Amino acid sequence: MTTIENLLGADAGLATLLDQRRTIMELTEASGTAVLTPREPGGLPHGLRAAIALRAAAAVQDEELMAHYRARLEACPGGVSFATFAVPGTMPEDTRLAAILRHADLLTVEPRGATRDDIEGLKAADVTEPDIVRLAELCAFLAYQARLLMGLRLLRNA
Amino acid sequence: MMSEVVHAFTAKIPVWRPYVTPVDPAQATEEQRDALKVTPSNTKVSDYVLVLAHDPESLTHRTPLFNAIMYGAGGLSRAERELGAIGASVVNRCIYCAAVHASRYNQLTKSTELVEEVFRAGADARLPAREQAIYDFAVKLSRCPPEAGAADVERLRAAGLSELEILDLVLAIAIFGWANRLMHTLGEPVAGSD
Repeated sequence: MTTIENLLGADAGLATLLDQRRTIMELTEASGTAVLTPREPGGLPHGLRAAIALRAAAAVQDEELMAHYRARLEACPGGVSFATFAVPGTMPEDTRLAAILRHADLLTVEPRGATRDDIEGLKAADVTEPDIVRLAELCAFLAYQARLLMGLRLLRNA
Repeated sequence: MMSEVVHAFTAKIPVWRPYVTPVDPAQATEEQRDALKVTPSNTKVSDYVLVLAHDPESLTHRTPLFNAIMYGAGGLSRAERELGAIGASVVNRCIYCAAVHASRYNQLTKSTELVEEVFRAGADARLPAREQAIYDFAVKLSRCPPEAGAADVERLRAAGLSELEILDLVLAIAIFGWANRLMHTLGEPVAGSD
């Protein structure tokens, strides 16, 4: 059972449907692991990633996803040090961390507004190029997951 | 010389210019080379994929996921998956993705009318009933927070889509929520040299 299916709960009709797209559900799960708890986290520790995920779940106003990521953040070693930044609008004093969270918010809420200056701003705040790509993949996956989950709920309830 | 950045929607595919330095294939780690599927006989990889190679763990799974969603057998037609991709790309204003997938849509449907209307009117485009239901659902699901609801799914059913086709549409829209957030934020579209 994948994370998304666990979040959806038991529904026989939906289960039959998703079994026809089993490879996609499994690649979705593997992608989630790769962005949330990668073997090589670079400059984005697992706790920070869980906090960004919780912040993104709040931005899309998905209470089930918020509960999921709140639990993951609490279970994550070192997660507690990032918990205060999991609330949208809060900003740490550390300039690198603040730049990362500001960019995460932009990617989640209004990616259409992103420009070259945003990437230059991250570089100026000492975010490395690999970490810029890791951050984009994380936030982009979260956007995908939230929409897939919402779409599946609509199919489940119909 | 800096080529001109493309700011308006177009079905003419621009060149993608990265803001982040692409990984040099000659310097790539074994994991990066695996993710890139670089072989001695196939060393031509786009700048976009070379930028994503900075995070090989993600790239390894995302590439087959994207291909399964957009090109997998059965379910929703290729063209209608592309229409979902176009709707997401319009909301996220990813000029490059919109161009690539509008161009594919035009090829698959052997028509340019729908794309012209979408590029003219954006989210307010007026389309034939089935395409309208698909496009409006794509636009609503792509917003933040997503705005799609039960009535939108009812419209898709009324337009003749099966449950599996609606699932495939959800997947196509969602994967472009992902793709747009990479393509549009890690680089920019510039006019081609031809």
